[in-house]
Amino acid sequence: MKVFTFAASAAILAWASAAQAQTTLTMWYHGAGNEVESKIINQIIADFNASQSEWKVELQSFPQAAYNDSVVAGALAGNLPDILDVDGPVMPNWAWAGYMQPLTIDESKIADFLPGTKGVWNGQLYSIGLWDAAVALVTRQSYLDELGLRTPTLEQPWTKDEFMAALDAAKASGKFEYAFDPGMAWTGEWYPYAFSPFLQSFGGDIVDRSTYKTAEGALNGDAAMAFGEWWQGLFTNGYAPATQDPADRDGGFAAGKYAFSWNGNWAALNTLQQFPDTVFLPAPDFGNGPKIGAASWQFGVSARSQHPEGAAAFIEFALQDQYLADFSNGIGLIPPTPTAAAMTEHYKPGGAMAGFFELSAQQALVRPVTPGYVVQAKVFEKALADIANGADVADTLDAAADEITADIEKNGGYGH
Amino acid sequence: MAVISSDNRGLRLAVRYAVLILIALIFVFPLVFMVMSSLKPSQQLLQDSANLRAFLPVGDISLNNYFAAFQRAPVATFVFNSVLVTGVTVLFSLLVCSAAGFAFVFVKWKGRETLLAILLATLILPFETIAIPMLLMVAHLPWLGVDGLTWGWLNSYRVQIIPFIADGLTVFLFVQYFKDLPGELIEAARVEGASWGQIYRKIVMPLSGPILATAAILKFLVMYNQYLWPLMVTQEEGYRPVMVGLQYFFQLNVAWGEVMAYLSLITVPVLAFYLYLQRAFIASIASTGVKG
Repeated sequence: MKVFTFAASAAILAWASAAQAQTTLTMWYHGAGNEVESKIINQIIADFNASQSEWKVELQSFPQAAYNDSVVAGALAGNLPDILDVDGPVMPNWAWAGYMQPLTIDESKIADFLPGTKGVWNGQLYSIGLWDAAVALVTRQSYLDELGLRTPTLEQPWTKDEFMAALDAAKASGKFEYAFDPGMAWTGEWYPYAFSPFLQSFGGDIVDRSTYKTAEGALNGDAAMAFGEWWQGLFTNGYAPATQDPADRDGGFAAGKYAFSWNGNWAALNTLQQFPDTVFLPAPDFGNGPKIGAASWQFGVSARSQHPEGAAAFIEFALQDQYLADFSNGIGLIPPTPTAAAMTEHYKPGGAMAGFFELSAQQALVRPVTPGYVVQAKVFEKALADIANGADVADTLDAAADEITADIEKNGGYGH
Repeated sequence: MAVISSDNRGLRLAVRYAVLILIALIFVFPLVFMVMSSLKPSQQLLQDSANLRAFLPVGDISLNNYFAAFQRAPVATFVFNSVLVTGVTVLFSLLVCSAAGFAFVFVKWKGRETLLAILLATLILPFETIAIPMLLMVAHLPWLGVDGLTWGWLNSYRVQIIPFIADGLTVFLFVQYFKDLPGELIEAARVEGASWGQIYRKIVMPLSGPILATAAILKFLVMYNQYLWPLMVTQEEGYRPVMVGLQYFFQLNVAWGEVMAYLSLITVPVLAFYLYLQRAFIASIASTGVKG
């Protein structure tokens, strides 16, 4: 009995010593207020902490709407954690500003990840996402059949003419309040994420990606002008509402107000439950290939971390298919690998939302990979809102291009 | 003639009350909307918002949004933090700012006019312009606590309280009020040998009920509605106040019912404080005999 007691005490002491020996890594995450998301991230942390004796991750969750400001304030105060998550298009800005350091993980582990989940800046990996997000043209098969429309596929998406003919048919049917719901009620990042792919499909862009030093020609060239005219026409010709009540954005399609809705995979499940014949169509091809946005939240290592190897070890640990599938099953996000997708309810081959995985794989284009994107996104949003409300297309795009170019010059080219 | 005059008075009274009721309703409607909406599911809330049902407890009424709000965020912690930070700040602010106002008005010392002018000049500075320098400063300030000497005030209550104890507006309010107090009282007390401390405690403060209530209400509102500063200095959830907590409810798909439930909950301390001080304000006027 004494021997047993001694052995048990020794074991407890050894365990306690090991626990004490763990170096604490702090982590900031944007998911406060989202119960499911918090549960999954806490499970990953608990599993990681129990899986080894060297590191112990401690989490601080922030509400998403306040997260970026908190990180910037933390950086100013010299109070960043070891691990942080970052919205994909914002990552280059944080890397350039010195908030993040390159992420050193086994690259073979992310070889089959969707391209949008890899945060690469200046040729180095800074962040990696456990999921991606995609946008599709949402409608019902019954609408397509009633309107006599061809069902577009990834291989053969609608052309611009076909898309406009579809809107004409929906409008002429008199069945809908508007033919198309682009989601004007959602402001902020939705605009560049959801609408800049239209511009890119026309052949323009928010900024000239060959140099990242100017927006001239990209945002106000012929292709961009054609996009601007088309964009304005959506509203002036009555295809889409220029202003929208948030309630209509959330429930308008379900209420039958719109024939087509430009919406993301995060809203797909609700729509499917409402209408089992919902179909998620690929983006139309406006001349330069069909495009959709890519890159969601990703994990990286802060520049202040004294233990980047520990932070990287945690991030690598989190890349297991099981966790990728948990996030997908929990909050409807697109798993970044085919193997993880196969483990999910909705994205497995034949699953109701499997099409989104293919959309991400084949049509996705990340937003401009530049520190200046955070400014460019706001300028782009304002320009598109102004055009939708009747502003002169050429003047507005010229002014936006000038503003973006001036900002790039003011910041010394943002390191490009 | 007398009858006609009486009718006119009645009519005037009726019109006056009608206008007052209308104005009152304009202020009350948002609160009614908030509370009624907090009892409805989000879908119904959005449907009702377009008509008068928004102000009525009709349809699928329950407390589910309140339960869900507590599940989504540590509401009690946020409310406790806000009440604590606000209460302590208001208390110290009344002490410090009234003492400063007293010194500016009654005590003759060199440079007081200049210093008062500088203090008043701070009123034109928006907080946003000094937020970052303040952040850099508090991030490196020392503190002697139970853990000994530590550096940096981030993630604490003190970082939310101490920088806001003294402010130009509150000092200005006290200065203006003290200027209207009868100077003979102070002079008589000085002649009788009272110290400045005694005059402050026993003469000036007992006469300052109305301004204390006014300053407390204004300070309470400013502190309770703090968002930017706590967002910058509290990375730990345990120190966050109600306004930062509100962001927990703005997910991709906003649960509006829960938002309204949370707003209803965090409005309770504000209303309670206001109603309490409103009584104190009236009692103060009655007991001191100070006339406006």
